[in-house]
Amino acid sequence: MDIRELQGYASFFMTIFLVVILYGYIIHLYRSEKKGERDYEKYGNMALDDEIDSAPIEQNPKTQREKTEGNK
Amino acid sequence: MQSNAALEYDYSVAKLFTYTTILFGFLGMLIGTLIASQLAFPELNYLLGEYGTFSRLRPMHTNIVIFGFTLSGIWATFYYVGQRTLKVSMAESKFLMFIGKLHFWLYFFGALVAVVTLLMGISASKEYAEFEWPVDVVIVLVWVLWGISIFGLIGIRREKSLYISLWYYIACFLGIAMLYLFNNMEVPTYFVSGGIGSIFHSVSMYSGTNDALVQWWYGHNAVAFGFTVPIVAMIYYYLPKESGQAVYSYKLSLLSFWGLMFVYLWAGSHHVLWSTVPDWMQTMGSIFSVVLILPSWGSAINMLLTMKGEWNQLTENPLIKFMVLASTFYMLSTLEGPIQAVKSVNAIAHFTDWIPGHVHDGVLGWVVFMIMAALFHMAPRMFKREIYSKKLMEAQFWLQTTAVVLYFTSMWIAGITQGMMWRAVDEYGNLMYSFIDTVAVLHPYYTIRTLAGVLYLVGFLMFAFNMVKTMTASRKLEEEPQFRSPMAA
Ligand code: HEM
Repeated sequence: MDIRELQGYASFFMTIFLVVILYGYIIHLYRSEKKGERDYEKYGNMALDDEIDSAPIEQNPKTQREKTEGNK
Repeated sequence: MQSNAALEYDYSVAKLFTYTTILFGFLGMLIGTLIASQLAFPELNYLLGEYGTFSRLRPMHTNIVIFGFTLSGIWATFYYVGQRTLKVSMAESKFLMFIGKLHFWLYFFGALVAVVTLLMGISASKEYAEFEWPVDVVIVLVWVLWGISIFGLIGIRREKSLYISLWYYIACFLGIAMLYLFNNMEVPTYFVSGGIGSIFHSVSMYSGTNDALVQWWYGHNAVAFGFTVPIVAMIYYYLPKESGQAVYSYKLSLLSFWGLMFVYLWAGSHHVLWSTVPDWMQTMGSIFSVVLILPSWGSAINMLLTMKGEWNQLTENPLIKFMVLASTFYMLSTLEGPIQAVKSVNAIAHFTDWIPGHVHDGVLGWVVFMIMAALFHMAPRMFKREIYSKKLMEAQFWLQTTAVVLYFTSMWIAGITQGMMWRAVDEYGNLMYSFIDTVAVLHPYYTIRTLAGVLYLVGFLMFAFNMVKTMTASRKLEEEPQFRSPMAA
């Protein structure tokens, strides 16, 4: 088997592998929502409610409001 | 929350990039229209000596619309969407503000040098990678600055999760960084030739088939990460925001994202079908191109479904019209591309006018429409004035839509005619037509494309006029509109 053929097989099996990962991801998304662990749809509101002083969907613990007041 | 009422988003960098989007858009499309005219009327090649020839101007057209117009649009929107979805203002960090401005000015300087060198005919002769190495170095620096801006903003964000648009901007950043570096691996000719060649000219580090493969891996993904990924980033923000409807399915958007990332990088070899690259690689390019329909349509359908129950907005708000048409053209060109990537179709389509036809239903219908809509949406927020004229916007919409249709239909007919004529043989197996026969047949379609170019360019001027008037003369707004952009009749 020469290098070109090897590359071909490598590409084929990597594709299969990545497809499995991708399908796994789909299942993961839907399952964790069904179990109530995550709510992905709420992130859609990040675009709608994007005023600088509106409450974040999920607050970044590292930058609480107080911290930024000093800069102003 | 109430305590920092004075804090506002800072749009100074977004504004600067907005100006260059308009400037380079006009320049690029002006040259596009000129070269379209030259193909129809070859005498127009001799207007400006060597500087006015098709061969000199074509790379200027492609590079100005890609690296001038589209990149400026990407950055104008990034410096807007980035702040808003992370809920952090650039005014909060002097450092990021400095980097943002430096990003702009270095980019502008680089763009000027790039335009001048191309006009002088200094070129590395690889499509979309024509810039010679000194310009490449500037581009790399500009790119690093953008990276600092992205990750700097993310570093000080208040919103913990990154909105889907940001994922796409980050993918654009990483994707192009990787592609650009690998495809532009080059050595100044001076060193290769032992001191004879020019220091400013360079030769690729790859040769022959490998060079072609790397080039089209790059070329195709320049489309992916320059014309698709960041424009999807835009539509995921601007359409929901303008319509007041959250994206139909956030999960689908995540899925399409990973799907697109996974599939796109492997499709580039469809540019070198029937060539000397290994067979399996060609087949892989074809198959991945067809699979690419799924994630592309995933995003586009997600956008159309976002309008569910709100389709009345399509008639009431021209901005929604622009964006819905954009996602429709995205669907058209992501169906057309895979068809062209099927080997047997490619045997007819390759080297014909069908290819620029395909390119332009994508860029004119999808990329430019989306960028213009984004700029229109940002204008009242950035300049605190309502959009100058809704009527003008409506007229522009119809004019440009007509132009896109004229462009791609004429090129479809021209391309397929050309492809069929090149391969036609008589009963003895002799070719039936010579090259000049095809040129004569194609002349009317080239003329139609020229007309399309003129119409589209006029539409773009209407857009530019509307924007300038919005910035300078429109009615002032007391407060920022929440969803629908206010516009004067
Ligand atoms: C007024 C609008 C425009 C006109 C009239 C126009 C015209 C043209 C013409 C005549 C060509 C050369 C085709 C050939 O070599 O046969 C071309 C190539 C190209 N244009 Fe445009 N163009 C326009 C706008 C744009 C925009 C806005 C973009 C991107 C944002 C764009 C991207 C490209 C690309 C990527 C190519 C190379 C296509 C290839 O190699 O197959 N064009 N254009």
